[in-house]
Amino acid sequence: MKLGTELQTMIDGVKDGRMDRRGFIQRMIALGLTAPMATQLLAIGGVAMAQSPSTYKPTKRGGGGALKLLWWQGPTLLNPHFATGTKDQDGSRLFYEPLASWDANGNLSPVLAAEIPSIQNGGLAADAKSVTWKLKPGVKWHDGKPFTADDVVFNWEYARDPATATVTLATHRDITVEKIDDLTVKISFKNPTPFWADAFVGAPNGIIPKHLFQDYKGDKSRDAPTNLKPVGTSAYKFVEFKPGDMIRGEINLDYHMPNRPHFDTIEMKGGGDALSAARAVIQTGEYDFAWNIQVEDEILLRLEKGGKGKAVYAVGGDTEFIALNFTDPNVEVDGERSSMKTKHPLFSDPAVRKALALLIDRDSIKNVIYGRAGRTTANFLNGPEKFVSKNTSWEFSIEKAVKLLDDAGWKPGPDGVRAKDGKRLKLLFQTAINGPRQKTQAIVKQACQKAGIEMELKSVVASIFFSSDVGNPDTYPHFYADLEMFQIPMSQPDPAQLMRRFHSSNVATKANKWQGNNFPRWVNKDYDAAIDAAEGEIDPLKRAAFYIKANDLMWQDTVFIPAMHRLKVEAASNTLRPVLSGWANETDNLHEWYREA
Amino acid sequence: MSQYILRRLLIAIPSLLGISLILFVVLALAPGDPFSELATNPNVPPEVREALRAKFGLDDPIYLRYVHWLVAMVHGDWGFSFVSRMNVDTLILQRLSTTLYVIGSSQVLALAIAIPVGVYAATRPYSLFDQIANTLAFIGFSLPTFFTGILFILIFSVKLDWLPFVYSTDTRATGIYWIGEMIRQAIMPVMVLGLFQAASLTRFVRSAMLDVVRLDYITTARAKGLGQRRVIIKHAMRNAMIPVVTLLALQIPAVFGGAIVTEQIFRIPGIGSLLISSILANDTPVVMAVTFVFACLVVLFNLIADVLYGWLDPRISLR
Repeated sequence: MKLGTELQTMIDGVKDGRMDRRGFIQRMIALGLTAPMATQLLAIGGVAMAQSPSTYKPTKRGGGGALKLLWWQGPTLLNPHFATGTKDQDGSRLFYEPLASWDANGNLSPVLAAEIPSIQNGGLAADAKSVTWKLKPGVKWHDGKPFTADDVVFNWEYARDPATATVTLATHRDITVEKIDDLTVKISFKNPTPFWADAFVGAPNGIIPKHLFQDYKGDKSRDAPTNLKPVGTSAYKFVEFKPGDMIRGEINLDYHMPNRPHFDTIEMKGGGDALSAARAVIQTGEYDFAWNIQVEDEILLRLEKGGKGKAVYAVGGDTEFIALNFTDPNVEVDGERSSMKTKHPLFSDPAVRKALALLIDRDSIKNVIYGRAGRTTANFLNGPEKFVSKNTSWEFSIEKAVKLLDDAGWKPGPDGVRAKDGKRLKLLFQTAINGPRQKTQAIVKQACQKAGIEMELKSVVASIFFSSDVGNPDTYPHFYADLEMFQIPMSQPDPAQLMRRFHSSNVATKANKWQGNNFPRWVNKDYDAAIDAAEGEIDPLKRAAFYIKANDLMWQDTVFIPAMHRLKVEAASNTLRPVLSGWANETDNLHEWYREA
Repeated sequence: MSQYILRRLLIAIPSLLGISLILFVVLALAPGDPFSELATNPNVPPEVREALRAKFGLDDPIYLRYVHWLVAMVHGDWGFSFVSRMNVDTLILQRLSTTLYVIGSSQVLALAIAIPVGVYAATRPYSLFDQIANTLAFIGFSLPTFFTGILFILIFSVKLDWLPFVYSTDTRATGIYWIGEMIRQAIMPVMVLGLFQAASLTRFVRSAMLDVVRLDYITTARAKGLGQRRVIIKHAMRNAMIPVVTLLALQIPAVFGGAIVTEQIFRIPGIGSLLISSILANDTPVVMAVTFVFACLVVLFNLIADVLYGWLDPRISLR
């Protein structure tokens, strides 16, 4: 591949010092590839990963007073391996640390690791089949015991044991972790793994101490007293935990990073709702920081006039999308609707799908609903930027949609609804109950009506919509509707897991109890080939090209109509300097937070 | 008497069994999954979720799960929370003190308002005081707590900035400041709940009192030349309070059960907010334990109310 060789020349240029890092990254931006993956690319290509310069200003440890965090869904447990939601990862991360975490720019920054593995420092194998991590010397657990390679290896054994019932099983199942010496561990992969920064990286993979958990592996995991009284390595020591309500911690004076942390105590309060959490930070200033403020921008702007705090944003890859059903949700075959043996009567005409894409008024959705928290996009895959396609476009035009439908033979009937061969353009559009989603539905319905498409809206309680309940027809994997809208969070700066979902081997059916991830039931040989090829590809640029191609195939076939590229929204007091990343949990870089005097 | 209590206790067993069976079946049939949040996490493949369901016995048939639960409950094991991975009884006990403090105080406040106001209003029916008290009582119980709660927050926290609206069980202050802080943050929720309770209780006290002051023995007492104060407090109130006391006994389970809406608004970590968050998270063992314990308390306090009634009013005999 031509681009591939060009890239290699550029990487060599950086290595030899002919080209500086910044120049390289800028060239990458010009090519449509930057941020987290560009840096990983350099790492794989043999140049050590740069760390973003720290913005941390305090020159001594402590003295920052209390840091009060408000999580409107409070963490219910404090073991990262059991975290059922991001809230639990956030809470666990207050005490447990990973080897490295993603910073605001999508670079890895070392936490318990001495350095980030690269080909130059010998950390990365040239065949991308192993990673060797050097651990930071002198790190101590909160109880004074030293942190060593044994702890890392133990976490792998603990998590991969099915009897322990961890949620991190999949991350640890297909790797092998071995101790080289007390401060070195080697992770080996079965297949070349271009994205190596998964196990032991980020808040979901905080490392728990072997000496306190070794007796509680497997079936006994639930009895470990440390599950509720974490002993970690982090900047704050555990004081108290009340599930769903409150976590308290105090400064760790032995912390392994100089001058950190800034705050003397930390408190994470749970409960309530997003709006009143925003109020408590932005308007009354009772709290310093509130998480996940999914509130309409208009309201946030009004609260911000109070002047005590403001909304802050982090860009990741979360896409709110409308998925189209490629099977018929109204016909039952062998006890299942939306069966692979059927074709959707309306969407089998590509003109109908294309017309729908023209009828989603993304600008209005942004202006009316998401405001500063959204970006319009034509792509399903919106990050990291290296993987974002520049070949796609979107448009809102009722006229063009009308013309498209007219040309395809869908003529308006006496009631204004278009029909062809006795099939009426009547669609059922479902989503989870959530203010912005219902408003988006209304905007879509209005435009569709103008174009002669009748739309019935349905909203399902989130706990049902997102459940894996085999018996409930209202879950998103059953997809017993024509359209459905939600988002799949992207928890890593890499598209592999997200894009794998829509491989034809993953179709959700009755036979696999609707556990398959391909809920639109879209089957495309080219897509399958691109995904398979990407997963075996070591060359980062080629790999990115495959994912871009996969995204473009989805766009061409109108599998997903992206409604919004959503940003993370948090509320912070005006004096707090939080360090946030769209690729990490909110608490992942907590040791870097401080308060401006 | 003791025979009566024994018989009532024996009757309670089948009714509690029935209650538990209905609760359990309804919860088991309700849609949802405690591990639903994992469904949208691309890092967690579906088979991990399946394994978790199997591990926690969610895939067993309902009757088997019910028997398991019942046997454990009889042994004093209240269950194991899916979401917190800890024992349900610890989870509940952790929150009991806050619930008792906030809901208990609001009941005390309600009584402190309702009894004097109700009694005074009944001694002067249709006077100006009675009219005002009545009007306020009607307004009081027509306004739902979710409305008054938010109204109080807007006035006292946002506009006036006098009181915090996020309830925190751990305030850093010590000694007298700690007490002050605990009272300060409880003012709004206690007022919201207390005033709502007081409104209906005032009406109740007033009508109970009105029934009594019309009786002949009160007229007799007055004819003997006793003072108004003495007639009301020693003669009338003692009898008028009998139905009030039984009503209060029936209210006690609610004190343990917490106040779902108010707790949610003020972020009070009580039983009510535990119940609602467990329902939302489909954490059935917690929901089951809270509702079942609540059912037990209702049955128990019904019995206590009956016994109390007989003891206060010897005309009623219990057989």
